[in-house]
Amino acid sequence: MQNSLTSRRNFLKKMAAAAAMTAAASMFPGIIFASEQEANLPKGANLDWKKGPCRFCGVGCGILVGVDQGKAVAVKGDPNCEVNKGLLCVKGYHQIMCTQAKDRLTHALVKKNGRYVQTPIDEALDLVANKMKETITKHGKDSVAMYTSGQSTIPEGYVASKLMKGAIGTNNLDCNARLCMASAVAGFLTTFGADEPMGCYEDIDHADYFITWGNNMAEMHPVLFSRMLEQKNRRGAKIIDFATRTTRSSTASNKSILFEPQTDLAVANAICYEIINNGWVNKSFVENHVNFSKGLTNMGYGLEDKFKFSDKPTKIDFESYKKFLEDYTPEKVAKYSKVSVKDIKYLAAIYGDPNKKVVSYWCMGMNQHTRGTWINNLVYNIHLLTGKISQPGNGPFSLTGQPSACGTAREVGTFTHKLPKGVVTNEKHRRLAAKIWNVPYENIPAKPTYHATEMFRAVDRGDIKFIWTQVTNPLVSLPKTSRYRPGMEKESCFVVVSDVFPTPTSDVADVILPASWHIEKSGLYGNSERRTQHWDKMVDGPGETTPDAWMTIEVAKRMGYGDLFPYSEENHVEEIYNEYRQFHEGAKHGMAPLEVLKEESGAIWPYVDGKSTQWRFNAKYDPACSNDKDFHFYGKPDGKAVIWQRPYEPAAESPDTEYPFWLNTGRVIEHWHTGSMTRRIPVLHKAMPAAYVEFHPDDAKKLGVRNGEKIKVSSRRGSCILPASINERGLPTRGQVFVPFFDENMLINDVTLDAFCPISKEPDYKKCAVKVEKA
Amino acid sequence: MPIKSYLAHPQEGQKEVLMEALSKIDNCEVIPAENKNLLIVVTDTESQTDDEKVKGSIEAIESLKLLAMVSGFNTPKNN
Repeated sequence: MQNSLTSRRNFLKKMAAAAAMTAAASMFPGIIFASEQEANLPKGANLDWKKGPCRFCGVGCGILVGVDQGKAVAVKGDPNCEVNKGLLCVKGYHQIMCTQAKDRLTHALVKKNGRYVQTPIDEALDLVANKMKETITKHGKDSVAMYTSGQSTIPEGYVASKLMKGAIGTNNLDCNARLCMASAVAGFLTTFGADEPMGCYEDIDHADYFITWGNNMAEMHPVLFSRMLEQKNRRGAKIIDFATRTTRSSTASNKSILFEPQTDLAVANAICYEIINNGWVNKSFVENHVNFSKGLTNMGYGLEDKFKFSDKPTKIDFESYKKFLEDYTPEKVAKYSKVSVKDIKYLAAIYGDPNKKVVSYWCMGMNQHTRGTWINNLVYNIHLLTGKISQPGNGPFSLTGQPSACGTAREVGTFTHKLPKGVVTNEKHRRLAAKIWNVPYENIPAKPTYHATEMFRAVDRGDIKFIWTQVTNPLVSLPKTSRYRPGMEKESCFVVVSDVFPTPTSDVADVILPASWHIEKSGLYGNSERRTQHWDKMVDGPGETTPDAWMTIEVAKRMGYGDLFPYSEENHVEEIYNEYRQFHEGAKHGMAPLEVLKEESGAIWPYVDGKSTQWRFNAKYDPACSNDKDFHFYGKPDGKAVIWQRPYEPAAESPDTEYPFWLNTGRVIEHWHTGSMTRRIPVLHKAMPAAYVEFHPDDAKKLGVRNGEKIKVSSRRGSCILPASINERGLPTRGQVFVPFFDENMLINDVTLDAFCPISKEPDYKKCAVKVEKA
Repeated sequence: MPIKSYLAHPQEGQKEVLMEALSKIDNCEVIPAENKNLLIVVTDTESQTDDEKVKGSIEAIESLKLLAMVSGFNTPKNN
């Protein structure tokens, strides 16, 4: 009894300390409590510190995991990692604790007569392979699909792509990065012809201004935000937060500017209007390095099944572009954006000042947008007009949400339209893939099939009859889960889920495969700044847990593709990476050899002659530049980037008399995405135990809503009941409510809309119309 | 039997002094931040009266600039 009381009090003391650490982390992102980490270490422990990247966000912080007698017992920031220089956020510190969760999936489970039966892993993999083969025989190769993740390692994504596209011969492979990064990819490709940011995190050390576009970095990218705050304090760099909601980032910034949802398109155009109108255009840069184009407008919103859209670019000249911008004077835009003329001019003046270095940062606010490709293009326009790009401290920088959204989803290419190099529609790219994969060229189909939303629509329609999800939880993270959950429950589709923990997605699976967690396998990730990071397996996983890459290989072998997957269980990560590197050989995307990645805390591609390339397209830093000019946008055939004429168009659904509020959804610092890991870490779960619906205090007062009161949030798709939150974590603008999506007990994605950007096919989680009432 | 945690902000350049002063108070544990001017304080007392006494002692320290409570737990004696 005494022991139990003591341990309970000790636990409560730890909780109290952890709550304080969480609060401190939000006020001082990147704060280190190393002594607390070390205080938890076993007495006399002889720790072996092993290096790797953090499991969570796209920043890619280096971590050191302390291993004692085969167990991971501590985590600290890697002081030798250039990304975080020893800093970590609250999730990073506590990450390994999730592996101790009591409900960890340790063995394969097969549904028999409505119940899950523990099954030897070999038997479960036999069943998966047989079911996949049988489905292909009966219904054709496009009846099977894989849905993977920006949290899959590079080898995991690579073997999934090789199995689906090279061996089976279907492009039915997409990933959850479609939900977070696809607009960034489409933006980069349309503007520069080459994906991923041209700059790197070192920009932070050089910039005079950081302008964040719909991006709560203090909670979502805390370590980078901490580096920005350090520059703010040390040398007076300024942070301008441009957003639809007041957050911890806003309060830590020099200035917060709020805008009406969707009108970022108009404000970006107004900034360009001001730059031109005031003569702030960098004329020689524009003349030498830029073309002007326009695309189709009124593209639709993808709300219908089998929606199709292809943009038709047309070249225009500077004068036509200038004329187009006349609809976007600050005075006109201020009327509907709710951003004052003064603030629009203020933003334009920062970008327009030739003596100030400016970095623009964004993440989900711009990407999860029905005009996501356009808003990415528009921010590039600002940097191209002023020539503030590809230089230390000057550049547009799209941040990623997931640890390998860049390394795996974008570079390996686990989207339906992608290959490890290039796209399926390009014959040259298909031929290269066929050669490296050693498959007949005809195996790889030339047409993309289902992007994420359409893939789950196809499951619901009964067109996809077998789906295998890895490292993702779509029945919490997809928009409009009110349709896709019943769709996945239908008997018409055989569902295989690989995961570390049970989730609402594994609840509908026919087979659940027990996946190894991060440090229980070797792997590689690629972060937001093009940095590839490797880690070796640090500890054994429990039971029959198996790396996802190895499960895919085992299924491929059982399907008769053993010759294409000749990897060994012990060294498959190394063997796969060495095969994959062949795709990117050359000065434009060369990747570092594995030996380098094992030694260093990552290397930035293009890795040429033993060196990382920090600023692409700038001849001073990038050996791939070959046009004898200062800049070379070599992703485009003529070496020039494109300024796109893109108009403002309204959201797919806006508030009306029946559904009078905007619904905005997002994340919180304590939880990683759908919470399947962080909700199993007691410290983080206690710090943020449940979701909530944030109100503006004026709206709350008008509705008579009090803090904590149960509120029903309803849309035309579904509803969700949550406690009200007023003046707590964040502050939405009047007429808007905000709900975080991490809580599987309060599924806000039953309410959201599955409208998407017609170019990138990325859904918009930030804007739909809802009503709110007391539950 | 209250357990509480606080963020303690020291006066400029007084972090070490504050740390030492806090360490001398019974029922009070201190966790310093490595890289910021901040300390975490956790108090564990037998009663509400003791809790208030400890809090009073902390607030009386000259090197303390601001004390902000973060969380509080109360465990009944027979729990």
